[in-house]
Amino acid sequence: MSRFKEGDAVRIRADFPQGHIRAPYFTRGRRGRILQITGPYANAEELAYGRAGEHELLYRIRFRQQDLWPDYHGSPRDTLVADFYEHWLDSGDAL
Amino acid sequence: MSLGHDPHSHPQQADSEDEPYSHEQLMAAALEELLIDKGLISSGDMSGALDYWASKTPADGARLVTRYWTDPDFAQRVHANLNSAAAELGIDIGSTPVVAVGNTPELHNVVVCTLCSCYPIGLLGESPGWYKSRAYRSRVVSEPRTVLAEFGTQIPADIEVRVHDSTADLRYIVIPMRPEGTAEMSEEELEEWITRDCMIGTAVPKRLAEE
Repeated sequence: MSRFKEGDAVRIRADFPQGHIRAPYFTRGRRGRILQITGPYANAEELAYGRAGEHELLYRIRFRQQDLWPDYHGSPRDTLVADFYEHWLDSGDAL
Repeated sequence: MSLGHDPHSHPQQADSEDEPYSHEQLMAAALEELLIDKGLISSGDMSGALDYWASKTPADGARLVTRYWTDPDFAQRVHANLNSAAAELGIDIGSTPVVAVGNTPELHNVVVCTLCSCYPIGLLGESPGWYKSRAYRSRVVSEPRTVLAEFGTQIPADIEVRVHDSTADLRYIVIPMRPEGTAEMSEEELEEWITRDCMIGTAVPKRLAEE
């Protein structure tokens, strides 16, 4: 049912559409791992326009900070977690 | 600058010490008037909702954290479904799922909403102005340790700092570590240690001022 499972490596789609987008810009094209699959939610990117918003699985993705910011100066242990609808995720192996 | 299609209502007018109304404020006021005129909501609905949100304070979050510290079964229920665990304490936080993220000796959590200002109002009350500022939202994701240090919170390099960005359908509350030397304290005494910022993650419980 879900395209991915917890622990899988994924890549956030490097896509830059106009409009109401819930995938933070700084994560697009970045690699992370699935921390948790939280369940289905109505896609807020559609709800924002008064459309029905199909239910999609929402994933919590954990990134290493040094994968998000090339000049990250904190600890190499540091991480960031954000939640994404499934349509933002590609396999971590994808180019 | 009248918004009025209703001859009985007064036009919006800023108090003399205010800046002129912004475009967004005028649009919000116009939308409210229209919704009321069309009978979709009443002015009582509006004031009731505002009163409800204004009644929320970080004291409810502190009660939840204290019970979490003192009752391991409750802590498990918080992780299974925080919204229903809060209801056990008589705290109604609505239906948006809130996730508890616990600090440990190896992990420090801090919460932000980079896209807007999502916040667990039901547990913490209205968010502080800095939480909504562009400076906090942009900097805490890219230089969290520097931002935490500006709040007086130094995290050693061997502890992972994990930033939680509330991007879609989840809200977060940080469960701080229970301070040492508090084993004998009552729940009421413990609640005084748990400030709003401890539950956002920009602070950790500190000795009280009189110490």
